[in-house]
Amino acid sequence: MNVAVPVFRRSRTSKVVDRLMRGVLWAIALTFVAVLILFVGAILKQGWPVLNLGFLTKMPETLDAGGGIKPQIFNSIYLVVLSLGISLPVGLGAGIYMAAYAGQGRALRFLRLCIETLAATPSIVLALFGMIVFVQAMGWSFSIRSGALTLALLNIPVITRVTEVSLLAVPRELKEASYGLGATKLQTILKVALPYAATGILTGLVLTAGRAFGESAILVFTAGTNASAQFPDFRLTVPGETLSVHLWYVTSDGTLPDAREIAAGTAAVMILVLLTLNLLVRLVDRAIRRRTR
Amino acid sequence: MLTPTLPETKPIKLSVRDMAFSYGPKKILDGLSLDIHAERVTAIIGPSGCGKSTFLKCFNRIHEVAADVNVGGDIQIDGVDIYRGGIDVVDLRRRVGMVFQKPNPFPKSIYENVAFGPRLFGVKDRATLDGIVEDALRKAALWDEVKDRLKESASGMSGGQQQRLCIARALAVNPEVLLMDEPCSALDPIATSKIEDLIGELKESLTIVIVTHNMQQAARVSDYTAFFWLGKLVEMDLTERIFTTPRVQMTEDYITGRFG
Repeated sequence: MNVAVPVFRRSRTSKVVDRLMRGVLWAIALTFVAVLILFVGAILKQGWPVLNLGFLTKMPETLDAGGGIKPQIFNSIYLVVLSLGISLPVGLGAGIYMAAYAGQGRALRFLRLCIETLAATPSIVLALFGMIVFVQAMGWSFSIRSGALTLALLNIPVITRVTEVSLLAVPRELKEASYGLGATKLQTILKVALPYAATGILTGLVLTAGRAFGESAILVFTAGTNASAQFPDFRLTVPGETLSVHLWYVTSDGTLPDAREIAAGTAAVMILVLLTLNLLVRLVDRAIRRRTR
Repeated sequence: MLTPTLPETKPIKLSVRDMAFSYGPKKILDGLSLDIHAERVTAIIGPSGCGKSTFLKCFNRIHEVAADVNVGGDIQIDGVDIYRGGIDVVDLRRRVGMVFQKPNPFPKSIYENVAFGPRLFGVKDRATLDGIVEDALRKAALWDEVKDRLKESASGMSGGQQQRLCIARALAVNPEVLLMDEPCSALDPIATSKIEDLIGELKESLTIVIVTHNMQQAARVSDYTAFFWLGKLVEMDLTERIFTTPRVQMTEDYITGRFG
């Protein structure tokens, strides 16, 4: 019995559509990169003339031109470090719990919903919460500790989720291999799953750090708009104005004659710090990959 | 009726009686009884989905990691029930090692892969670890190929080398039984024959249970063969008998490729 075999030929339109889509996606990507370059370029161009050693190492002025941003740089880094110091163990622990210990039931789904909602909560809501709880109820007023704790609330859900997702992405074969050798659950998590998930968690951590570094609303309401006159001031009880808060404050307050320049310089410093941070993580990430994959 | 009849000098290592296995409401294995002798290779054959791998995983309870399962009947190692005999599951898994279908080395160095098991059990001394690693790699016929690059990542090895590394990793905790779940299905013929040679050497000191899809492989490496079909044991006998004069028609049909 002979059956006519159809000739399988790729249709012309599918080729055209394929090429068209490639072009469209290229255009979108290119547009995006162009906008990004313009944006960063504009900030750096405006900020560049202001950037000099004096600007970075002088204390800010309150009424006169020519002030620096030394304490704000310190406060930004200090607050990010403190808040990560609080949120990393909590988020890591919660993420490990959700990925490995929580039963796959309704309770876990509800917990996950809560965490995702918390992650999506506008920072101004967290800011007001922090102000009511830490600044007022606890009586800590505008201080580094109020700011760090509220900032940690912003970080925890993200770190939790990133940890959970990274751990769930660990191939089952590796976990089986570990259990098969007689490893306990904890040993499997610590020796196999976490090292494998490390790059994912690290990436999430940097995104979190970047977000905390740039956060303003929360810190305006909890860490305040004043910087300590001492330097460096490690006390947790003093107000700690950060770069982004300073940027907002000098432009909205209007008492500084050189507010525009200060703002431009501050923005440029922030962009540069974030770029450095991201580059650094790329390097660390590559080093980890090379060592373990 | 389903047990081999030749006089066997080796003691029974694993004994299975009336075993049933269900995964949720789904029954996978039912009414299984068989004995596995020490220092012999027992092959489990049968069509896909007949429960071969599930059966294998019952011996080290690895299936408990992923899901809620229900194992009925008796499985004993050296006469002690592994589900109810008060055996510590961690110790059980040390005694009953496993090699998986796809080579699954850890994303660590060759050395660290083999040292992983001993480290779990608290071996810290460098010289002791070095000795265990070398010994395990030698037993897995891999030492000569990797002795100069122990610090390199295991992912740079070929598939066959990775699988032998996984065997070395399992051997490093000095198991009594080695379960192999289609260990060659992802390998080329040369790598496969190396693993098969290795199985022949390892059975001098180990009890080996191997699941395979490959009839020739079962015939080549095993002393006993058990044929599974739809979650039941159809026939188990000396391999040469299964492949020459099986007692059940279905076994013959499967081996000769008439179904399955």
